[in-house]
Amino acid sequence: MVTAQSQPQSKETEQYNVIGTRPIRHDGVDKVTGAAQYGADINLPGMLAGRVLRSPHAHARIVSIDTSKAEALEGVLAVITNADFPRASDEVIDTGEGTAQLNWVLDNVIASDKVLYKGHAVAAVAATDHHIAEDAVELIEVEYELLTPVLDVRDAMVDGSPLLHDGLHTGEMDGSKSDNASNTASHLQFTKGDLDSGFADADVVIEREFETSMAHQGYIEPHNGTAYYRADGTLDVWTSTQGAFVVRDSVAPLLQLSPSQVKVTPMEIGGGFGGKIPVYLEPLAGLLSQKTGRPVKLTMNREEVLLATGPTSGTYMRVRMGAKRDGTITAADVHLAFEAGAYPGSPVGAGAMCALAPYDIPNQRIDGYDVVVNKPKTAAYRAPGAPQSEFATESVLNELAEELGLDPLEMRLQNACEEGAQRADGFTYGIIGNVECLQAAQESPHWQSELQGPNRGRGIAQGFWFNIGFESSAYAQVNGDGSVPLVLGSTDIGGTRASIAMQLAETLGISAEDVHPHVVDTNSVGYTQVTGGSRTTFAGGWAAYECAMDIRRQMEERAAQIWECDASDVSYGDDAIIRGPADEDGNDQQFTFKALAAQLVTSGGHIVGRADVNKTSSGPAFATHIVDVEVDPDTGKVDVLRYTAVQDAGTAIHPAYVEGQMQGGVAQGVGMALNEEYYYDDSGDLKNASLLDYRMPTALDLPMIDSIIVEVPNPGHPYGVRGVGEVPIIPPAPAVRAAIANAIGVHMNELPMSPRAILDATVLGGD
Amino acid sequence: MATEHIVVNCTINGENTTFLANERDSLLEALRDRIGLTGAKEGCNNGNCGACCVNMDGRIVNSCLVMAAECEGTEIGTVEGLASGDQLSPLQNAFLEQAALQCGICTPGFLVAAEALLEQNPDPSEHEIRYWLAGNLCRCTGYDKIVKAVQQAAGQSVV
Repeated sequence: MVTAQSQPQSKETEQYNVIGTRPIRHDGVDKVTGAAQYGADINLPGMLAGRVLRSPHAHARIVSIDTSKAEALEGVLAVITNADFPRASDEVIDTGEGTAQLNWVLDNVIASDKVLYKGHAVAAVAATDHHIAEDAVELIEVEYELLTPVLDVRDAMVDGSPLLHDGLHTGEMDGSKSDNASNTASHLQFTKGDLDSGFADADVVIEREFETSMAHQGYIEPHNGTAYYRADGTLDVWTSTQGAFVVRDSVAPLLQLSPSQVKVTPMEIGGGFGGKIPVYLEPLAGLLSQKTGRPVKLTMNREEVLLATGPTSGTYMRVRMGAKRDGTITAADVHLAFEAGAYPGSPVGAGAMCALAPYDIPNQRIDGYDVVVNKPKTAAYRAPGAPQSEFATESVLNELAEELGLDPLEMRLQNACEEGAQRADGFTYGIIGNVECLQAAQESPHWQSELQGPNRGRGIAQGFWFNIGFESSAYAQVNGDGSVPLVLGSTDIGGTRASIAMQLAETLGISAEDVHPHVVDTNSVGYTQVTGGSRTTFAGGWAAYECAMDIRRQMEERAAQIWECDASDVSYGDDAIIRGPADEDGNDQQFTFKALAAQLVTSGGHIVGRADVNKTSSGPAFATHIVDVEVDPDTGKVDVLRYTAVQDAGTAIHPAYVEGQMQGGVAQGVGMALNEEYYYDDSGDLKNASLLDYRMPTALDLPMIDSIIVEVPNPGHPYGVRGVGEVPIIPPAPAVRAAIANAIGVHMNELPMSPRAILDATVLGGD
Repeated sequence: MATEHIVVNCTINGENTTFLANERDSLLEALRDRIGLTGAKEGCNNGNCGACCVNMDGRIVNSCLVMAAECEGTEIGTVEGLASGDQLSPLQNAFLEQAALQCGICTPGFLVAAEALLEQNPDPSEHEIRYWLAGNLCRCTGYDKIVKAVQQAAGQSVV
């Protein structure tokens, strides 16, 4: 294995040997040769193929399900419905980036008395061949009593709206519940200062309403789940998941098994972006395997993925913001209504905390509403909630700058949060790189250049995401040749084997190539939270650091034993030289890492380092994006001409994969800005459930994406890491909106800003 | 509902191969489920994502849109055939060196498609690369590093 490029390390990482370099990722060769085993690639002896029957209706009561014809089909071994599962309680379980009631988790996996969205699972079969399974689901007869679907978040909040759940009452932050049942599952509010006096101080106040569509994570690999229930009562699960332990802790209670009876092996994962945290197929595969005694594999097709998994919330948002003539923002009032989909749990909380997070605004009120509608249950999607809320606030800020005749970048600098600033939710920032990102953007060749040509415009926006730690685990042993296998519980979605192994290597003073990271099953490593929230390189790296420190300590002890001296007289240096006191002849005693490794077996046995961390600290990350677009006035099509993304990574462990996260986030953000939407008809039928009609950016839709990494080390991490994955999806939509306004003078107030929407606004004279 | 099975003889990655296809199998299903070559991936099963790209008689096809029974007498190339033993092709190396993959699920399709591009057009422009690869969706990278990897494999200088 070789280091890819001789690109110099950054000024901030020059002090390190491994951090800041660009080694070839450890799992790379498998992934360019087709050898890597993803969830759908598994093939077990005697394995059956499963298939799910899904609801054609958005809202209906299930009157009856007749599975007899399906069961009679040759090759069908089992048919299950919700009634075949043990009754689930309303206990609240950890679902990765949130919590949920177990009975809601079950009802979303397979509907009980009602179907709540088109594509909601109703029954599942297992058969000897997937073609037979496909035929079998067609033979299941379901009688539905149609109910009125609730498809818009504002309609859902109106008194008298049809209710999805009879027992759902609006929860407030103080724990109280509304008297009447409602589609509004919860309301939260964050306040700071005095809103009325803040607006009274403003010279200019702008208020805008926004609507955004549901959008899908769009991972290229559909969901899958394979399970094998053994006669001894243990259940093996293989799946593409961002969190093997979350799958274990969801499947076990749904099947009334102990977590110790369930082993989940995370396969390679073909993208997730938050959408592969919830369970969908795994519990069905588990029950089908229990019924048949054979391994059962379920995979979704793309239509099922779009109909029944993970989108992020569609929203209705209202933002009122006031500023003085000099650009000082005095007050902001933010109203966020988020579609949760069929069950409570939209990301409105995170959206609310992020909404004004880059700015030090003295007077704020942020209201958030979590609202159920007859659409798929939303799942986390890259910086969940923030692309929506920050689209609204960044857009109004850009309009304020325009109204005041101020440079939008300067106005952001003027109001930017710095160390010590407090958000409305109470969080106080430590050392952050908010200003540094804006300054780097200001100095960038892109911002310094002049944009020319008709119908062209430039926009800018800022973004914020938390990046929190939580539980991660790392075990590593030292082999006799000095190589170090490293065992991890974090699914590697985009290079985290490498970024975690590099932190272990740095701490031990060895090369990245001498560390061999492996992602293992839930019985083979300590509890590890999901790969999500930009936490993996942060918390996983911290675990690797502590694991390496554990190895260093044990190697000091071993050297002391060999030298027959006190361990406190031995020190493991950052250069991986273990130094002891002078011997009887006065000669220096020392071991290289490899020399001591070679003596471990004969001097007392192998050394295994381990660390299990639970870090509740965070690494707040900011980003500034600049975009140039050209709008075709005849078609409404927007072309992205140039894009620059600036982001504070804290410390960029592997800069190439930091750039990759930034570029990938931009691409998803541009898709959300310009094309991606859930197009429902009045009956709740999703009309664009294919990758032809759900239009994600192609290589031809994007330019090169210039990425400028800013490094303001996070003091709350041994190597200064902040997460990098989430924040780059946030600024694209408001930056593109500003660029379109700059190009054609029209402010778009809905996402996506599709050709249709732009023609509506221009030809039909909206805005 | 009896299913017919069909004997298919073809060449896969240079090797004479005979397999028994279900009459309803696509080439993708046959590769993955009957032959055991799981490098080609199913992303959409209707020709929109390119994750199942294979080379068929010199042309790039979405193997989900080709019936297995149509493959009699064809020469098929998959991602598993790009390397010789542990010697990766220049394009495979370029993907690793440019960090042109994150999750890796689209990578086999991109590699097969880009190898075919470089065979036909050894010195493509950035636009030609983007146009050729527009049938392959990647959700992780924003395409920047994929385009650069193809440029590197074409011997072009990469900024």
